[in-house]
Amino acid sequence: MDQKGIGLMEPILKGRNLVKRFGRVTALDNCDFDLMPGEILAVIGDNGAGKSTLIKAVSGALIPDEGEIFLEGEQVKFQSPIDAREEGIETVYQTLAMSPALSIADNMFMGREIRKPGWRGKYLRQLDRKAMETMSRDKLNELGLMTIQNINQAVETLSGGQRQGVAVARAAAFGSKVIILDEPTAALGVKESRKVLELILDVKSRGIPIILISHNMPHVFEVADRIHVHRLGKRLCVIDPKDYTMSDAVAFMTGAKEPPAEAA
Amino acid sequence: MSQTQHFETSAAGSPDKVAEFDYKASFGKRIQNALHDTPSLVPMVVLFVSIAIFGLLLGAKFFSPFALTLILQQVAIVGIVGAAQSLVILTAGIDLSVGAIMVLSSVVMGQFTFRYGLPVEFSILCGLGVGTLVGFVNGWLVAFIKLPPFIVTLGMWQIALAINFLYSANETIRSQEIDEVAPLLHFFGETVKIGGAVFTFGAIFMVLLVLLLAYVLRQTAWGRHVYAVGDDPEAAELSGVNVKRMLISVYMLSGLICGFAGWAMIGRIGSVSPTSGQLSNIESITAVVIGGISLFGGRGSIMGMLFGALIVGVFTLGLRLLGADAQWTYLLIGVLIIGAVAVDQWIRKVSG
Repeated sequence: MDQKGIGLMEPILKGRNLVKRFGRVTALDNCDFDLMPGEILAVIGDNGAGKSTLIKAVSGALIPDEGEIFLEGEQVKFQSPIDAREEGIETVYQTLAMSPALSIADNMFMGREIRKPGWRGKYLRQLDRKAMETMSRDKLNELGLMTIQNINQAVETLSGGQRQGVAVARAAAFGSKVIILDEPTAALGVKESRKVLELILDVKSRGIPIILISHNMPHVFEVADRIHVHRLGKRLCVIDPKDYTMSDAVAFMTGAKEPPAEAA
Repeated sequence: MSQTQHFETSAAGSPDKVAEFDYKASFGKRIQNALHDTPSLVPMVVLFVSIAIFGLLLGAKFFSPFALTLILQQVAIVGIVGAAQSLVILTAGIDLSVGAIMVLSSVVMGQFTFRYGLPVEFSILCGLGVGTLVGFVNGWLVAFIKLPPFIVTLGMWQIALAINFLYSANETIRSQEIDEVAPLLHFFGETVKIGGAVFTFGAIFMVLLVLLLAYVLRQTAWGRHVYAVGDDPEAAELSGVNVKRMLISVYMLSGLICGFAGWAMIGRIGSVSPTSGQLSNIESITAVVIGGISLFGGRGSIMGMLFGALIVGVFTLGLRLLGADAQWTYLLIGVLIIGAVAVDQWIRKVSG
């Protein structure tokens, strides 16, 4: 996707003048945000710049004090992550948001369980475990993520990379409009990171736009179409990774260098 | 791919699988995993072993339908209250007010019938309603005011007990009066005899309640959410569970079950007495812990609690029939409690 095309397209997810204060700290200071259809937008910024707050605001995990969020041009007001999820925005949090003692299948379908058809589902509210297990296994296999032997295994018995894989698969399975990934490779080894990056590109090729929050510049520059540089609670600039080096990006986000005027 | 990725090419020749789920488990590891999947296994084994040992020591005196069903009758109240306690503990909470709610409910059932002359069915509904209401207050304080469950229910224990004494004026309603005026209050004390076996309705109710809750916890979304909230409330919230509503519903259900326990208690002891059931909260926590439910929440099964309650019942009756000092029962139960928690800690290390 080139910079010229973006001017013509309407962002799929748009934030305007977002403000969020925690006591005396202003985490978001009239922040704007744009995610274009089909792109991978990386969000980078120093620690404490407000990246997480921004992501929580667009994913419904917190409610901004001021400002507006638009999904496909229509204003949305998320009261909870469930609201955002119902609109097709899935988030993989850095903490992964999984229940360690529960199984892979339980976690994949947490909060959106499938009930058995007929009276057993309707009156006894019985869950259709088989359907959920099959779907979980299919999703994991489809994404080439892992060879599953026991989908009923507790998540806490998985390695860090495996857990990340399950969390990404959960988002990819249900995210229909936007997928948000918060530091998906931070806790992973070299090979596992590679797999997750391939997964990200795979999800993108299905046409679903992705917001990628990461500190890892090589990963960001490899997969991102555009990079949103966040500094002091607002968008400093958006740059094209093809036009700038990693050192430039780091210089912008730390304030060592002034951002380019045309990209601001 | 950009030039920045050179370091990864060295890993290219290595196996491609990111996540393989087979592991070569040692025997101990396999037991650990089995327990991780089925935490009620330990109390079940302990229960059957202790029945076998007392059976060998005491012969037919213990190993008879009468004695075994007597155990069931004796643990009925603890089992019902323990079911309520299990739900709360699974959410990583604790309910110290279960015994007080139970007594308060039974007093409401009795006093509404005898003091105001209300129909007994209505009085029973009021008693159950009071239990649910107290549970709601507990749940609301825990979920919305975010007070620790231990503190909330410690306070509620005192409050409910005080209301119970103030309202009842410390007055006991005698068994004969109940039989004459409102036999429905004794419903759970009625029995079914099959040969030498004697089942009270209270004992049958306890077993059915535990089976029902086992189904609900395992097979419904609500049940899975109870575990998720106990495991990691933040993760549950982010995955789309309404944690506050879940907590309130759990404490309300706990209160309702305690109301039923109050009704069952009238059947068990005959009278309605504001001083009864004082130890129920400790006994229910004992059953839950011996039953392998983790006090840290999210782990364990309600069947385990039933086994835990039965273990205590078996020890109590067995040692009494052996003529041992009752203190031996407490000593052994103390050992079991500590042992059960040690096993829980070991099971949790399965991921390590």
